[in-house]
Amino acid sequence: MGTGDCTAVGVTRREAFAAGAGFALAAAGIGTVAGQTAGAPVRVGGTLALTGPLAQTGAIHKVVGEIFIEQTNQAGGMLGRPIEWVLLDDQSKPDLARTFYERLITVDKVDLLMGPYATANILSAMAVAQRFNKILVHHTFGIPKLANYDKHFPAWPLGPEPEKTMPAAVFDALASVGKTPKTVAIVTSKFPSVQFIAAGAREIAKQRGVAEALYLEFEFGNRDFGPIAARVREADADLLFVGAIGLVGSQLLEALDQLNHAPKNHYYVYPTPGPLASSPLGANALAATAYEDLAPLNASPVAMEFSKLFHAAAAKANLPYVAPDTQAGTSYAAWQMLTEAVNATKSLDDQALADYLKKNGADTIVGKYRFDGPNNYGPDLMKVKQVQDAAWDIVWPKELATPGKTILGK
Amino acid sequence: MSATLFGQSVLSGLFSGCLYGLLGLGLTLSWRFLRIINLAHFGLIFLAAYLTYHFVQSRGVSPLLAGAGLVPLFFGLGVAQQWLFIRFRVSELPSVIVTFGLTIIIEALIQWIWSADFVRLETHLVRGSLKIGSLLAPWDELIMGGFAVASCVAVWAYLNFTWAGKALRASLDDPDIAAAFGVPNRRLALVVSGAAAAFAAMGGVFVALLYTLTPSQIYSWLGVVIAVVLLGGLGRPLGVLAAGLLVGVAEAVTMALVEPAWAPIAPFSLLIAVLVLWPERI
Repeated sequence: MGTGDCTAVGVTRREAFAAGAGFALAAAGIGTVAGQTAGAPVRVGGTLALTGPLAQTGAIHKVVGEIFIEQTNQAGGMLGRPIEWVLLDDQSKPDLARTFYERLITVDKVDLLMGPYATANILSAMAVAQRFNKILVHHTFGIPKLANYDKHFPAWPLGPEPEKTMPAAVFDALASVGKTPKTVAIVTSKFPSVQFIAAGAREIAKQRGVAEALYLEFEFGNRDFGPIAARVREADADLLFVGAIGLVGSQLLEALDQLNHAPKNHYYVYPTPGPLASSPLGANALAATAYEDLAPLNASPVAMEFSKLFHAAAAKANLPYVAPDTQAGTSYAAWQMLTEAVNATKSLDDQALADYLKKNGADTIVGKYRFDGPNNYGPDLMKVKQVQDAAWDIVWPKELATPGKTILGK
Repeated sequence: MSATLFGQSVLSGLFSGCLYGLLGLGLTLSWRFLRIINLAHFGLIFLAAYLTYHFVQSRGVSPLLAGAGLVPLFFGLGVAQQWLFIRFRVSELPSVIVTFGLTIIIEALIQWIWSADFVRLETHLVRGSLKIGSLLAPWDELIMGGFAVASCVAVWAYLNFTWAGKALRASLDDPDIAAAFGVPNRRLALVVSGAAAAFAAMGGVFVALLYTLTPSQIYSWLGVVIAVVLLGGLGRPLGVLAAGLLVGVAEAVTMALVEPAWAPIAPFSLLIAVLVLWPERI
């Protein structure tokens, strides 16, 4: 998809006919019945990284958006009108995201906005939304302190200070089974939304008296993990804390394996889930998560239906990992938030929607969101998951752990 | 820093350097002898890597067998590409734009077929590592290094000790006089382009074996390999190998001694230093 290519998702020929017929019926004073949509579509505009270095994750958000829109249209749409998703490819570039959000508002004249993928692109879109006073719900913003627009609503449920809460959760989880590390090696990509978490881990380790055996930063896109692995091996810490995004964790583990070294305990901030779980090297790997296709998170009928649809759609889209996890879950939650606000207020007015979300939060498959903290961030809903028997299980906090599972530490 | 850490880092750099040399070999040949700055070379490397992934992962073919099939196939692609360039008279500077466009097309094709998501080959040529004292050399990387050194030496020997190699160099100096002596300029150009693409295929097999693949990673190799090609001197197979080793070791030692984040600075610092101190080299 090239620059500016536009995909409208959600209005099929049958739905268009139904919408036209519904409009005629409405004009004749005859109401619609449940499950039917009528009238002009509600147009939700957004961009995703469908090409470029972030495209592998952008593809997940496209699949989820399409699922949600199809479900919603089949259930009667938004305010009785079908939803149409005006989706543009920002090519993973923040500057293009900014231009396209401007276009969505001024040229395409969309009714509502849905955020792009990834922190930098969301930040670009947020500036545009702020200029036009539009509400911006988004799914994957990683640095809460940078989001100071009062009508932005994040579905990535980090809480206001993830640089403190996320590393603390790892130390707490290990401490709960008597495996508090004495030393930590912190190795991080310079990708902004993981680098600041790793920097926070240094502080948390210091506060808890855990000695820092190694701290390293490397460029996003680094290919050669051999020398980094050699330094990790030499540090031989009790906990390897990796500011990982994508496949960094798997690449580092492979490089360590070539040096005949396996970390005792190892944590990855945002790893690509499939390869870590399927590789023997990923055994006992820990990672952050907001959502997994696991009890108790997937117990609701909505979550179960979503899981079924996502498995099928992800396989059809040729995604290697077909279980809904953090990316898919928060993406779905973002659409749920926007829809809940519209249905509750019966309005597409940006101020009314923002007021509703600020006051009531939103119920989603990820959990109950609140936006009453600094920069519209509410409680931290992140969890810790671990690879056990070649599959991810949630192990922390205890009340949300996969039934029968506890963290395994060394 | 311990001697083991330093030695292990140097070893890792040597392996990276061998791969840089192998990936740069085809590029340096087409740049020097065809006057084509072939950025599509990187697209072909990744196309070969994805095809290797496909045949090995889905069809259970051995990586070397996949490579044996891909090398002649890509030779044909290279010949076809050069035929089109000759047909449409693509010269040196326009070739940058044309081949960049081809790279984007190849990237889109890869994404369309294999998706934008990460893929990783779970196969090894030989699992494990060779122990050299306290150092470990992974077998896959040793084999890759062997192929890289052999390829560069073979091309050097071909250029220097065969009639075709000498004809190629004569053709570069003065194509009209060379043609008068019976040098088939056009056919040689097709062979060089085919060989360059075949080396891209060979490099792609090892990229698939050693690295995780995503379509957009095509561009992450571009800067460092072009730096290696320029450092090595255009059309110099042994130069490109030596430059690759120098850059690889410089990156690895920077990672081990200073900060991994500084490693990308190494190749370009070397390039600038050579440009300033030894400009006639490039």
